[in-house]
Amino acid sequence: MELFDYSFFASAIRMVSPILLAALGGALCARVGIFNVGLEGLILAGAFSAIVGNYYSGNVIVAVLTGAFGAVLVSLLFGLATIKFKANPIVAGIAINFLVLGLTTFGLRAIFQVKGAFYDKDMNGLPKWDLPFIENIPMIGRFLSGHSPLVYTAFIAAILLYIFLFKTVLGFRILAVGKNEAAARSLGLKVTTLQYGAIIASGVLCGLAGAQLSLGQVTMFTEGMTAGRGFIALVAMMLGQSHPIGMIGSSLLFGLMDAMSIRLQGFSMPTQFTAMLPYVITIIAMFFLKDRGVDSQASGQQSSR
Amino acid sequence: MTYRLEMKEMTKKYGDFLANDGISIQLKKGEVLAIVGENGAGKTTLMRMLYGLEQPTSGEIKLNGDQTQFYGPRDSIKQGIGMVHQHFMLFSDFTVTENIVIGHEPINNGFFNRKLASEQVQKLSDQYKIPVNPSKKAGDCSVGEQQRIEILKVLYQGAEIIILDEPTAVLTPFEVDELLKTIRYLADQGKSIILITHKLPEVMKVADHVTVLRNGRVTGNVKKVDTSIDELAKMMVGRELQQLSERNQLKGEPLLEVEAISIKGKGSKPVLDQLSLTVHRGEIVGIAGVSGNGQSELIQAITGLTSVDQGDIRLGSTNLTGKSVAFRRNEGLAHIPEDRFLWGAAKEATIEETGMMGYYNKKAFNKYSFILKKSFRGVVKGWIDRFEIKAKSLDDKSGNLSGGNLQKLIVARELGFETDFLIAAEPTRGVDIGAMEYIHEAILEKRNRGDGILLVSSELSEILLLSDRIAVMFEGKIVDILNRRDATEERLSVLMAGGKEDESSTKNTTTA
Repeated sequence: MELFDYSFFASAIRMVSPILLAALGGALCARVGIFNVGLEGLILAGAFSAIVGNYYSGNVIVAVLTGAFGAVLVSLLFGLATIKFKANPIVAGIAINFLVLGLTTFGLRAIFQVKGAFYDKDMNGLPKWDLPFIENIPMIGRFLSGHSPLVYTAFIAAILLYIFLFKTVLGFRILAVGKNEAAARSLGLKVTTLQYGAIIASGVLCGLAGAQLSLGQVTMFTEGMTAGRGFIALVAMMLGQSHPIGMIGSSLLFGLMDAMSIRLQGFSMPTQFTAMLPYVITIIAMFFLKDRGVDSQASGQQSSR
Repeated sequence: MTYRLEMKEMTKKYGDFLANDGISIQLKKGEVLAIVGENGAGKTTLMRMLYGLEQPTSGEIKLNGDQTQFYGPRDSIKQGIGMVHQHFMLFSDFTVTENIVIGHEPINNGFFNRKLASEQVQKLSDQYKIPVNPSKKAGDCSVGEQQRIEILKVLYQGAEIIILDEPTAVLTPFEVDELLKTIRYLADQGKSIILITHKLPEVMKVADHVTVLRNGRVTGNVKKVDTSIDELAKMMVGRELQQLSERNQLKGEPLLEVEAISIKGKGSKPVLDQLSLTVHRGEIVGIAGVSGNGQSELIQAITGLTSVDQGDIRLGSTNLTGKSVAFRRNEGLAHIPEDRFLWGAAKEATIEETGMMGYYNKKAFNKYSFILKKSFRGVVKGWIDRFEIKAKSLDDKSGNLSGGNLQKLIVARELGFETDFLIAAEPTRGVDIGAMEYIHEAILEKRNRGDGILLVSSELSEILLLSDRIAVMFEGKIVDILNRRDATEERLSVLMAGGKEDESSTKNTTTA
């Protein structure tokens, strides 16, 4: 068995998508001046709601929409706490993470009467789409093609977000809110509306990330199945400096590490050790981050000069 | 003729406190109206009501004869009122163009047409003779340039009435002149300008009409041509301004001796270049200069906030070179810093805590490293009484004090050390006339007691008023030292610009 083969890259790309989707959501929040630590909770909420939607409707599209909706509900709670009640976003975000962890565990028992994990062989997973033309490209065609629609969505969303933020007027105003909220208010920009908009959008993106987790590979939900991906997405967001294209790069890095950790198990490396790989990379990435990330002018606004 | 803007009997109450009490103003097309008053006179409240940030308790606003109301900045911008805030509202990462058009961006199918925006900005800049570089980042612009961005922004928004809130507080004298020209030009083009300020010379240069506020009421409403600085000052303060105390002649032995200090700095030219200076007992030495010519570094070198590469600094018989800040302060050096938020106070600390900074180590207020807060309270209260600092309570945050009141607190604290030597850097920056009087009087009193003072200020009038000798700094050197009776604003300006005085002048000690 080789270390790098087609299936390795294919799984890497699959691993990228939830991280990238969530990182995009986090970046939107960061761009309006809210540091969203609750990504982990939002993804988990999405994953669970998607399974619930799938179980009751039997329809994958409904399942994905339910996933997005579930995460949006949670993100609204986060928005309410941070925007309306001006809670510290870090504290609110951590609270959201634990709240969702508890709620989904409780939901598993209340709705499905199971502990730990829920699986039903009658549930439909996400389809695998082969991309015409691309699948025929030698070498890369085989691992670029044949993924779930949400994988493609992640990359398309990144490009769309780039165009939205840097080319449209609405995106420009969103950037403005994050750079200097007081100035944006003084111009009569609808700061609060833009912030809620960004938080809802981040809910949708995290919901999709969750749906990819619970419906993408094996159609099942396990307690805490996000396993820190929300935090990795947060690091990917900072490493990519909340720039959509930068985040594609940083998410790819983490996706590769995720795939690598699984692959290394095939080389009779202890699981406990290989599972650390993405997190080791996270710590190393932090060294290169230092004080980067989105710069906001929330602090250090004025001196008497 | 109808006025372009009329505010009638505007009243604003905060609880029992009357911030504005029946204030009326009128503004014609093409007119510059100056609204002057001390800190807390109600200028800001009045403008906040005009800009829709506050709702009046009573009163009416008429725009071109029609009654109207403003519910927020969007409203007032829409109705042609623009405000240039005292603290600029800019996005430093955005370009000049982006900063100007934001909120009214030229749109092309939802996309931001940056090219058109840039052309529009250039056109506007040419039309009103306000030069900017549309593609530069706002954060890289000088303060004067940033202000021009703000003015262009309100013009771009279609403002017919432009409010300028303390626009000259942050500018260099040259930039002030440019701004006043711009204001005049805008008025000639038919814009109406409201200038909020407490700097009366500028009012006399540019205004057509002056409304004076004190304690929330109008105390004067005059045409510029019918009034004078003295009369305006009297209406502002509510009493005759006091003459400063006599200065007694007592120049004593040298106190602070700075000998040929140099700081290399990052650029090719040294920040301080072989600078020597002596301050005697009973003497105020003023440092004049365009900011950025080494004044800040000189202060930091003397106080120990930065180290010198060469040279010696002595206070009395003690050599301070290379010693810590605490050591220098213990040796008898106090320092009113040029930037009160950066060096002088902690915004989040209480007023009491800010007052205590530097005292907590003194024996009288420290027992077995426990701070004796109780015995200190009386001291702070004394300062508050003496300098008439308007503070709600000692436990209020320092940041909640108005700039002038915080400055008075810092001045009181530094004077309270009763050191032989004091550095007063911009002691009255952003402070109103009443407070300025107190601070000037206190500094002069200290001099008359035989202490030495180094005064650094960007206000030439302040330097001329207080100093016994005036040293002019240019590019890290002292180019000349003038005696009090020889110094005039004109002579100083020439020296500050790096020009040498002409040969006929009396003295020429150092070469530039």
